[in-house]
Amino acid sequence: MTEYIIRRVLQALLVLIVMTMLVFFGVNVIGNPVYIFASSECDQACLDAIITDLGLDQPIWRQYLTFVGNLVQGDMGRSFTHGVPALHLIFERLPATLELAFSALVLALAFGLPMGIYAGLRPYGWGAKLIMSFSMIAFSLPVFWIGIIMILTFSVQLGWMPSVGRGDTVDLGFVEVSFLTLDGLHHLAMPAFTLSLIMMAMVIRLARAGMREVMFTDYIKFARASGVPERRVLGAHALKNILIPIVTVLGMEFGGVIAFAVVVESIFSWPGVGKMLIDAIAVLDRPLIVAYLICVVFMFVTLNLLVDVLYSLLDPRIRLGGGKA
Amino acid sequence: MTPVLELRDLQTSFEMPEGTVHALRELSLSVSRGEILGLVGESGSGKSLTGFSINRLISPPGRVTKGEVRLHGRDILPLPDSEMRKLRGRKIAMIFQDPMMTLNPVLRIETQIRDVLLAHEKLSKSEVRARALAALDEVGIPAPEERLRVYPHQLSGGMRQRVAIAIALLHKPDLVIADEPTTALDVTIQGQILALVQRLCRDRGTALIWISHDLAVVAGLADRIAVMYAGRIVEEGPIDDILDAPAHPYTRGLIDSVPVPGQRGGRLRQIPGRMPALTDLPTGCAFAPRCARATENCAEVPQLMPFGEDRKVRCVHPLAAGEAA
Amino acid sequence: MSIASAPPAAGSARDLTRRFLKDPGAVIALLVFAAFGVAGFGAPLIAPQNPYDLAQVDILDSLLEPGSESFTGMTYWLGTDGQGRDMLSAILYGIRISLVVGLASGLLALAFGTVVGLIAAYRRGWVDTLLMRIVDLQLSFPTILVALILLVILGRGVDKIIFALVVVQWAYFARTVRGVALVEGARDYVEAARGLRLGGFRILMGHILPNCLPTMLVVATMQMAMAISLEATLSFLGLGLPPTRPSLGLLIANGFDYLQSGRYWISVLPGLVLLAIIISVNVLGDRLRDVLNPRL
Repeated sequence: MTEYIIRRVLQALLVLIVMTMLVFFGVNVIGNPVYIFASSECDQACLDAIITDLGLDQPIWRQYLTFVGNLVQGDMGRSFTHGVPALHLIFERLPATLELAFSALVLALAFGLPMGIYAGLRPYGWGAKLIMSFSMIAFSLPVFWIGIIMILTFSVQLGWMPSVGRGDTVDLGFVEVSFLTLDGLHHLAMPAFTLSLIMMAMVIRLARAGMREVMFTDYIKFARASGVPERRVLGAHALKNILIPIVTVLGMEFGGVIAFAVVVESIFSWPGVGKMLIDAIAVLDRPLIVAYLICVVFMFVTLNLLVDVLYSLLDPRIRLGGGKA
Repeated sequence: MTPVLELRDLQTSFEMPEGTVHALRELSLSVSRGEILGLVGESGSGKSLTGFSINRLISPPGRVTKGEVRLHGRDILPLPDSEMRKLRGRKIAMIFQDPMMTLNPVLRIETQIRDVLLAHEKLSKSEVRARALAALDEVGIPAPEERLRVYPHQLSGGMRQRVAIAIALLHKPDLVIADEPTTALDVTIQGQILALVQRLCRDRGTALIWISHDLAVVAGLADRIAVMYAGRIVEEGPIDDILDAPAHPYTRGLIDSVPVPGQRGGRLRQIPGRMPALTDLPTGCAFAPRCARATENCAEVPQLMPFGEDRKVRCVHPLAAGEAA
Repeated sequence: MSIASAPPAAGSARDLTRRFLKDPGAVIALLVFAAFGVAGFGAPLIAPQNPYDLAQVDILDSLLEPGSESFTGMTYWLGTDGQGRDMLSAILYGIRISLVVGLASGLLALAFGTVVGLIAAYRRGWVDTLLMRIVDLQLSFPTILVALILLVILGRGVDKIIFALVVVQWAYFARTVRGVALVEGARDYVEAARGLRLGGFRILMGHILPNCLPTMLVVATMQMAMAISLEATLSFLGLGLPPTRPSLGLLIANGFDYLQSGRYWISVLPGLVLLAIIISVNVLGDRLRDVLNPRL
C-alpha cells in the first residue's frame, strides 16, 4: 500500500516536470511580449531595457531554470498587464472558478444520480429512454452552445436570469462566495447548470449501468429476501456499490471541469481564472498564461493522485488488501 | 396440524417477446414445522425459481401466474408488497448459494445485520449490538465482536456463509429456503454448514426447504424430497423410501449417477441427453425423450399421482421397487 | 486448405448495409450529414456571395434580419452579421471548414493511432508496455485541457487546430486497435497464416487490419463528432481558427456579442447547423455500432 502510494507520487511528479517543460518552452518560443510593452516611439535601447527587465536576454534554458527555481518558491513571475504577481492573480480569481465547479458537481450529482438510478431500475420504460436521450444530448452538445441558448432563453427572451457576473458575494473571511446570497445564487444558477451538464450525463450513465449490474447481484436479493425495506436496499446497499466508480470518474474528470469552466466563464462573464486566461491570451500575457496552465496541470495531477489513493481507501476490498473476490 | 408452507398448483411464467414461458407448472408441495424438505433437480429445472416464487422476488418479466402460496394456511399471494416485505426475513428467510456474493462487499457485517434487524423490529443501538453478537455466536463464529467490524472479503467462505445463516435466522423465521448454500464451499466446510443448519432448524422447529442439485447432500439431511424436472415435480415422498426405491425413471437416473463409496471401478450410469429448454418442451412427459421406458402413453403430461403410502409420482410407467430404469 | 485466406467476416457488406438502412434514425442521420457535406463542400458554387471577398460585402447591410433585402436587391434569407456578410453564405463556408477540420483530424488521428496500436499489438513486450503507458497518460488528461494548452502554445491556424485535435484523439484509436488486434491475432486463421509462414507485415495488413475496420469505423465516427464539437468550442474561445477562416464556432462567437440586443440569428443559426451536424454524426456512430457490433 505504502509502496503503491510512493510509486504513484513519483509518477505524478514526473508528469508535472514534463508538463512544466512543455508549457514553458511552448509558450516562450511563440510571439514576442516585448512589443506589448514597447510604445511606437521606443528605440532599440528602450527595447533592450525592457528585454533585460523581463529577463528575456538570457538563453531559454537558463530562463527555464530560473522559472523552475522561482516556481518552487511559489513565484510565477509578474503579469505583464496587471503588474502584480501572476500567482496572486490566480489565487484571487480561483475561488470563483472553484465555486462554479463545485456547484456544478453538486448539481450533477443531485440530478444525475436519481435520474441514473431510475433509468437503471426501469431500463425499458419510456422514462429511461427520455433520460438516456437527455444524457446523450447533454454529453455531445458543445457546452458553449448550451450556454448561449440558456442566455437567449432565460436572460434575453424571458428576462428571468442575469447573464453576466457573480452577483453579491459574502466574505467568509478567507474567501468570497456567491451561493450564500440570493442574488449570488441567481447569478450562479445558469453557469453552474451549464457546466454541470457533461458531468450530469456521465453520472447518469454510470449510475444506470451500476444499478443494472447491482440489482442482479445476490447481495441485493439477499437483502430483499431478508425484508430490508426497498428504500434502504436502494439507498444504502445498492447506492454504496455504485458510488465508488462514480466518485472515481468524477474525481478524474474534475480537471476537465476546470478546463470547461474556461468556456462557461467566457460566456457568462464569470470572474474566474478561466475568463482571466482568455483575456491573458488575447494580450499574450505570458507569465499569467504559464501560471494558469501550471496551476491547472498541478491541480489536475494532484487530483488524479488523490482520487487513486482515495479509491483504494473507499473500496474496502482494495483498502484492506487480500481481496480475492 | 397445518403445514408451515403449502404450495398449491403454483405456476410461474415469464412474458417474453416470443411468447409466454411457463417456468413452473402445477407445483404443489408442503413442508411442516421442523421438517426438512430437499428440493432436487438439474440446473434449469426450476428449483431456485420455486424459492423466489415463494417469497415473490422473481425478476421481471417473471411472475406467479396461478396457484396459492399458503403460509400457516393463509394464502400470501394476494398480499400487497408492503405486507409481503414484512414477511420476508421475519417469517420466510433465504440463504443463497455463493457466500462470496450474498454479503454486500462494501458494508460492514454489523451494518448488514443491523439493517435486517431494524427491518422488522424497533431496537436501540445496544440491543442491536447484543442481538448481532448473539446471532454470530449461535452460528459458531469465534470472536464475534471483531467480526462485526469487518467487511465480507476479510472472512473465509465458510465464515461468510455462517454470517449469512446468522442473518437469515435473526428473526427466528418459520421457514428457511436454502438455495444450494454449500455448493460453493470446500467439502469439509460443507459438512459443518450442513450440520449447523440442520441443528438450528431442528432446535427451533423451523421448516427448511433445501434446494440442491446434489442428491448426496440432500440424502444426509432431508426428511422428505421432491424431485423437479423441467418446471414440474416428478416425484415426492419420504427420503428413505425414494432413495431405496425410486418410482420415477428420472429419480432412478439421478440416484444411479451418484458415485457410491466402496464401489470403485464400476461405471457411473448417466442419463442420456439433456433437459429440454423451457421454450420447447415436448407436448407430453418432458422426460420421455430421455426415458428408456417411454411409450406412446407418455405423449400426454401425466398427473402427479399418489404412489404407495405418502408418496407421489408423475409417471405412467413408474418403476417397481428395485427395478432398473 | 483455404483457412488462411478466409478471415471470418462479421456478415456480408450488403447484409450490413441493408440492416443499417432499415433503421429510420440511421437513414435520416445519414441524409442530414450528406446534405451538410454537399452544402459545405459545394459552398463556393451555391453560396449567394463569397463572404470573405470584401468587394461583395457591404457594411451598410450589417445586422439585417433574415429575409431582408440588400440595396442591390439580393435577399439575405438568413440575415447578415455585424460586417454585412450574408449569413447563409457564411454558414455554408463555415460548414466546409468545420467538416474539413473534423475529417482531417479524424483521419490523421485514425492513421497514426492505428499504426501505434498495430505496432503495440504486434511487437508486444516492452514496446507494447511503453506505448500503452503513453496512451494511458494521454487519456488521463481531459481532451479540452490538452487542446487548450496546445493551442495556447501554438496559436491560431487551421493546421494548428488539426494538430491539436490529432493529439487529443490518436490515443483512443491506438488503444482500440491494439485491443482488437490482440484478439484477432489470437484467432485460428491468424495462426493458420503464421503456419503458412506469411510475413508478419502481411498478416498484419492482410488479416488483422481488415478485422479491425468495423471497430475503427465506429470509433472514428464518434471521434469526428467530438472533434467538430471541440473545434467549435475552441474557435468560440478565440483559440482555434483565425478570423479569416471562420468555422461555425467562430460564427457563433461573432454573433454572441449581438445576442443581448436580440439579434439572435447571427449566433443561433450557425449554432443550429452545428447542432444538426453533431447529432447526426453521433446517431450515425450509434447505429453503426449496433449494426457492426464491434467489441468496444
